[in-house]
Amino acid sequence: MDLTWSDEEQDFRAEARAWLGANLADWRARHDDRILSGDTEAGFAQHLDWERTLFRDRWAVVSWPAEHGGRDASRWEWLIFEEEYYRAGGPQRVTQNGIFLLAPTVFEFGTPEQQAHILPRMAAAEDLWCQGWSEPNAGSDLASLTCRATRDDERGGWVLDGQKTWTTRGAFCTHLFGLFRTEPGSERHRGLSYLLVPLDLDGVTVRGFGRLDGDEGFAEVFFDGAFLPDDAIPGGVVLGEVGRGWSVAMATTSSERGLTLRSPGRFTATADRLVDLYRSRAARPGGVDPALRDRVARGWIEAEAYRLQTLQTVTDDAEGRPAGAASSFVKLWWSELDVDLHETALDLLGPDAELDSPWSKGWQFALSGPIYAGTNEIQRNIAAERVLGLPRT
Amino acid sequence: MRFAFTDDQLAFRDAVRDLLARGCPPEVVRAAWPEGADDHGARKGEGARAEAGRVTKVWDDLAEMGVLGIATSEAVGGLGLGELDWVLLAEETGYAALPHPFVDTALVAAPLAEAAGDPHGVLAELVAGTRTAAVLPLGSTLVPHGDAVTYLLTLDTRPTSDGAWVARRVQAGLAVGDDEHHRRHLADVLDGGRHVTQLGAWQSDAGFAEGPVVERAFDRGALAVAAQLVGLGRRMLDLTVAYVAERRQFGRPIGSQQAVKHHLADAAKGLRFAAPLVYGAAWSLATDDPDASRAVSAAKSLASDAARATARAALQCHGAIGYTVEYDLHLYLKRAEALARAWGDAAWHRGRVATALGI
Repeated sequence: MDLTWSDEEQDFRAEARAWLGANLADWRARHDDRILSGDTEAGFAQHLDWERTLFRDRWAVVSWPAEHGGRDASRWEWLIFEEEYYRAGGPQRVTQNGIFLLAPTVFEFGTPEQQAHILPRMAAAEDLWCQGWSEPNAGSDLASLTCRATRDDERGGWVLDGQKTWTTRGAFCTHLFGLFRTEPGSERHRGLSYLLVPLDLDGVTVRGFGRLDGDEGFAEVFFDGAFLPDDAIPGGVVLGEVGRGWSVAMATTSSERGLTLRSPGRFTATADRLVDLYRSRAARPGGVDPALRDRVARGWIEAEAYRLQTLQTVTDDAEGRPAGAASSFVKLWWSELDVDLHETALDLLGPDAELDSPWSKGWQFALSGPIYAGTNEIQRNIAAERVLGLPRT
Repeated sequence: MRFAFTDDQLAFRDAVRDLLARGCPPEVVRAAWPEGADDHGARKGEGARAEAGRVTKVWDDLAEMGVLGIATSEAVGGLGLGELDWVLLAEETGYAALPHPFVDTALVAAPLAEAAGDPHGVLAELVAGTRTAAVLPLGSTLVPHGDAVTYLLTLDTRPTSDGAWVARRVQAGLAVGDDEHHRRHLADVLDGGRHVTQLGAWQSDAGFAEGPVVERAFDRGALAVAAQLVGLGRRMLDLTVAYVAERRQFGRPIGSQQAVKHHLADAAKGLRFAAPLVYGAAWSLATDDPDASRAVSAAKSLASDAARATARAALQCHGAIGYTVEYDLHLYLKRAEALARAWGDAAWHRGRVATALGI
């Protein structure tokens, strides 16, 4: 066991810290120090400016190969970058659903031509990808989805019909990756394909709508006989084989549940801010309820547990002991931790918690954690069946 | 960066695991419990009991393997190993609910005595397992294995402005319930396998060691007990997973019901995140990390909570059968509850973390 960072890793951290400090300040100044939520139209544009700044200096996708805009950073360096990013107060990554959910699947299943086209444009925030999985009647039971893609050999493409929903930032994105039923009459996990769809096709309608916090973070996407030509994406619009969409899609679910989407750095930074908040509230006349000190410590400890568990997981993965279904435990942990940290912060703020603030905003966002990326009830089923070995329901 | 144990550390863990699987099954743990009725008429030790000789044999076997000298130097007959080498062994002694003072004797008293220059001349016997020790941290008066130990220490912070840690040796102690004919009267307690006596009156020296070396001894004890709690949690989880896969109601295994799955998934989650804190704290102690005490307290608090939550889930998923003394679950459940509060409970350790964080 060696929990120290090498000289190279410490240099990488110092470089990331210096760059983030300087460039975050510049970015905020460019927008008059008035940064809006990335889930609003105006705020999304501000955040795209930030994403392009990251890309310019090769910080957008540090773990990717240099040829696609990355730095070939190791898993360890990626964790370090995430720690520094959230410690510096870096904003939400509005490109994350492409970078963290689609890209791993493109690396695994994409043809060289697809990779060469999709990845650099994604890293540069030129093409903006949203996820098209859930439907009005297919949420936790994703395999019941009914969106169709009907083959049209004459025109050379697919005809899309149906509706996707809960599509994060769909109203601001240019492309959608999603699951469609390509085998007529197929059921459940069979007969699905993983399609890559530009959202500017005729017959595609995107309607944004408000999340819990009022931001237009959600969209529903309607397909009314939209024609998707095979060459809409160089290398083709099907990722992996036709009819194998379910297993292709599962590659991204473990990324989403595991640490890629929600690295420990996010939560250790929030926990550190919570400690600071306690200190400032305790210093005011009247102080705070001493019971809150216990909850602050608990939150800090649980964030630290996530950090160390991740060091263990990354080591195990590197040495050929992959986590597999145990990523479901990770999703349970960070999603519940995020709610707890923010609830504690609101309790520290007392009546002022009602006012809009980063803590209130963060709390509202944290409430979605136990729901998205597979509800926590589904995660508990997966963990119980595939890790503990309990009988299937 | 590498968060994993060495092959040697895992091999030693496996050897101890095998020894305890053979030498310390539930009937041996129960055989350590007092037979018959206690002072209040409860018959806590009923159920399948191994012959009494097997209880002492498992201690002798650990001594023979060298485990009791793991934290003392080769110069005094030990193995000269560190926290990363013994943390997994402590976890295994938790998994087995070992009814012996392994942590107090081998991981706290022996290395502390060695660091202090063996002022009482007990080190060789501690390492050989022929003398056992109990350590009372933080003002506790409950002496585990108080009917047998012959080396009794207290670890406290001095209630003066310097707040320094100090280790004292207790002598001439009397247990609550002792009279002129009977000494070392066992207290009626939750976990009979710990043979707890309650100190009523005692004398101690002015302190034979103080400062960081004593705080380090306390941290070793808290870390080792945290590891035992993770092991106990795993044992309860294993027992319960096996039970709910077998037990049928409504025509199918109860483990196929989501309500049961969710209890056990939550229990497993808590243990999976407590364990890395325990291992990380072992690294911190082994490397003299300046934040080592904070790391130990983080580990002890989360391990205490995780073990207690697992005990609740395990009992609930067993239903009534788990709520009997003849079934094995209570042996582990009660040990977990006792250890969750020993060496500082979860709230005490969170307070120590908060102080270390400057709040």
